[in-house]
Amino acid sequence: MIEAKHISKRFLLKRAVEGIDLELIPGKMYGIIGENGSGKSTLLKLLAGLLRPSTGSLKINGSPLTRKSATDIAYMTDRGRFYPYLTVKQLVDFYDSQFHDFKKEKAFRILEYLAIDPDEKLKYLSKGNLGRAKLAVTIARESPFILLDEPLSGLDPMVRESIVKGIIQFVDFERQSLIITTHEIRDIEPLLDEVFILHGGKIIDHQTVDDIRTRERLDVESWLKRKMQGNESMS
Amino acid sequence: MGVDFQPDKPIYQQLIDRLAGEIIRSIRKPGDKLPSVREYAVETGVNANTIQRVYREMEQMEIVQTKRGQGTFVTEENARLVSLREDMKQQYVEAFVKDMRELGFTTTEMIRGLEEYHDEQEDRDD
Repeated sequence: MIEAKHISKRFLLKRAVEGIDLELIPGKMYGIIGENGSGKSTLLKLLAGLLRPSTGSLKINGSPLTRKSATDIAYMTDRGRFYPYLTVKQLVDFYDSQFHDFKKEKAFRILEYLAIDPDEKLKYLSKGNLGRAKLAVTIARESPFILLDEPLSGLDPMVRESIVKGIIQFVDFERQSLIITTHEIRDIEPLLDEVFILHGGKIIDHQTVDDIRTRERLDVESWLKRKMQGNESMS
Repeated sequence: MGVDFQPDKPIYQQLIDRLAGEIIRSIRKPGDKLPSVREYAVETGVNANTIQRVYREMEQMEIVQTKRGQGTFVTEENARLVSLREDMKQQYVEAFVKDMRELGFTTTEMIRGLEEYHDEQEDRDD
């Protein structure tokens, strides 16, 4: 379990996230949604142990969550770059050398499923195929937590669909937990069990997708819009 | 992607309706094996936890039966399938009547409307 108690992160004077409380348990799919600049990526980096909270406590399975927790957390961002001269196969070997829970054979199965040629150099891959290759090496890990920062951002509908299907096909929904930040809510919603809305660095609501649909009679995207409007009229 | 879902109803319920509809229309027959949880998850583009819930609830409704190590199968209890068909009819009738009432139609108007519509369709088929 990842447990955050009242964590905040400041960059100099700017508060990126503030007073975050959450509990993430294995076997659940979580979405963190909100507009650009709401603090989604910062929160995900905190949960990945790549940033340290300025205040508050952050634990994984009862121990402090640090950079070393990367052994239990797979993290993927749409920003970070890979060495462009590597082939896809060499990228797989690199991941294999870095992570004890990496399953090489599974990585190749995912690449095959997503129709990526392992002998291609990363620099010759299209944006969509690079996104697929990154997803493949990330979810080929058997880590209990998989964190994906905007996995569909800037990708065309075909690629988005294949990434969502790849996740459903290869993530072990009984043992692994997925935490996804996104603003492509429509594509991701059927994947999610629970959703957090982040606004101005704070979690302003947290619900299960079933509850949103049952009680509010809204899909997640419309629910987010309504929440944001409510929030603006209050402030 | 996969299936188009309506916004105002939980996804698991929409998938139960979808499968129940396929069973009533005999697209899935008594004793047929349903896809595995993961297969159906990929087919519909939905989280496997949701599909697990779909199968669990359908099992409680006694529409399907899970056999350990073999998978999930459409029930062969004919009486249950007959009552499922009746339940589905009831459900659609209720939804129709509720919408029509909200629009201010009387029951007589609804019945007449259904009959007229039926006759028009018949004429078209001739």
